[in-house]
Amino acid sequence: MPHIEVSRTAPKATVVISGTASDSHTWNLVYLQLLIQELGHAVVNLGSCVPDGLLVAECRQRQPDLVVISSVNGHGFNDGLRLAALLSSQPELADTALVIGGKLGTDGLRSVGWQRRLLDAGFDRVFDGGDLAAFLTYLDRFAGRLAS
Amino acid sequence: MSRANAGRGPCTVPFGQFVAREHAAGRLVVQPRMGFGAPAAMRAGLLATRHAAATTVGTLTLDSYTRVGDTAAAVKSLADGVPLNGYPIVAHGSEVTRAVLAGIQGADFPVQVRHGSARPQDIVATLVAAGLDATEGGPVSYCLPYSRTPLREAVGHWVRASSQLAALHDVGAVPHLETFGGCMLGQLCPPSMLVAISVLEAMFFAQQGIRSVSLSYAQQTSAGQDEEAVRALRRLAGELLPGLDWHVVVYAYMGVYPRTPAGACRLLAAAARLAVRSGAARLIVKTVAEAHRIPTIDENVAALELAARVAAGTARPAAEPGRPDPDTGIYQEASALVEAVLELGERLADSLPAAFALGHLDIPYCLHPDNAGRVTSYIDEDGRLQWSEVGALPIRPPSSGVRGRRATAAGLVAALSHVERKFDRSRLDRAGIR
Repeated sequence: MPHIEVSRTAPKATVVISGTASDSHTWNLVYLQLLIQELGHAVVNLGSCVPDGLLVAECRQRQPDLVVISSVNGHGFNDGLRLAALLSSQPELADTALVIGGKLGTDGLRSVGWQRRLLDAGFDRVFDGGDLAAFLTYLDRFAGRLAS
Repeated sequence: MSRANAGRGPCTVPFGQFVAREHAAGRLVVQPRMGFGAPAAMRAGLLATRHAAATTVGTLTLDSYTRVGDTAAAVKSLADGVPLNGYPIVAHGSEVTRAVLAGIQGADFPVQVRHGSARPQDIVATLVAAGLDATEGGPVSYCLPYSRTPLREAVGHWVRASSQLAALHDVGAVPHLETFGGCMLGQLCPPSMLVAISVLEAMFFAQQGIRSVSLSYAQQTSAGQDEEAVRALRRLAGELLPGLDWHVVVYAYMGVYPRTPAGACRLLAAAARLAVRSGAARLIVKTVAEAHRIPTIDENVAALELAARVAAGTARPAAEPGRPDPDTGIYQEASALVEAVLELGERLADSLPAAFALGHLDIPYCLHPDNAGRVTSYIDEDGRLQWSEVGALPIRPPSSGVRGRRATAAGLVAALSHVERKFDRSRLDRAGIR
């Protein structure tokens, strides 16, 4: 597992982790929770099969620094487009960063076209293929930005 | 038994009867987890399964949108050409599904619908209308790990869906329901809990009028422990399901799968040996593509044929009972868990949710709001899955040495990838690459 040094002075970010409405996978979410908590951030794990409405309501209420959508059932690209539009249109979430990662397509291939569409739809970063090292680097820089 | 099929599509032999017949003949029934969005691809997959060099039953595995009841999303995906991860039976409807099955489903090839829904009434209505009568799931196993539906609500849905299916008795069919309770998050749930949930779900099905059931058990981390667990499952089923047609179905490993083809094949072969040695009648396979993507038809067929070859070369256990089993207490624990639920009331539609509310049933790492979440598990030095915290479970707590282990991300990954590493690594070891 990649190991990234994190500044001890990094402040605690509030991070919401969520599966998509159609995705029943849990282990990715449990793992991300432990990982992000160990880096000193506060985590709200909404679990798997989270209906769009519940995700939006929880995010509006908690106004997290970061929302991490994890999807491994192959519908991630399609579901992600919908969630990006929903979340980025909430005024309360104007300052919230939004990322998605996992196995996003059914064919196991990374699709630059789909990644571009997800970014255009409102995600700040897309970690296709479950690129954990890239996610940890992102998280570290993200926490650093919060501190400054 | 008369095969009355008044207005019910092709003449089929009941699912449970087919498996029992093949088991009696010494053949392990093997089955894929196969599902494609397009009817033509689904039909090709069923045909390839039927013609595989193995004793097979067919599968329609449904897509995730249908599983969560979002038929509109499935319809839209079909219209937009977005690939689905399974066959959207409700979106396609019963007529399209009949056409998919026509000439394939028959006396020597029953077909089962696999879905994963906590709210399966529409799925059951469609499969019945399409002339099918075998499916799987359960009020607990398709709720806690796979939805946010409140458990009591899911139980209500499953009471209705099971009754819908049981009504097929009136037209001369013998509907079949398989518990998914032997899986519970796929990994890191100790075997005694898997056995208990599988038995309880089978009893629940029986209480809704189902007379032919199968009880699942998913391969875990230790062959010896798994064999003991399947024997415990069969013993409990024998004791608690009198008068029912039942068999045990083993699932090839449902957790993080080996990435190398050789590792994946070895794990599947171990599952086939487990099924035969433990007296299971059916095996659901996994493929070499499992770690990477949705498998192709050819990969599914290769997995079925490999499993069948391994099963045919594996000796069945000597006559049972009376065979001295290694006993680490799985039967005792599972029995205690089942008893604790039945003590809350014979009607499982009430006592199952009550047991979870009290923490008498509790699934490690399950994030569902109705799961107490007070139990944890670990893999011991012998590779066996053990409890580290038992919360309010009615079983003996582990020795103090293993209690209070704090879960870490690294520890979790190590546990989740234990099987993957074991089966992938042995290839590298053999090749001298370390």
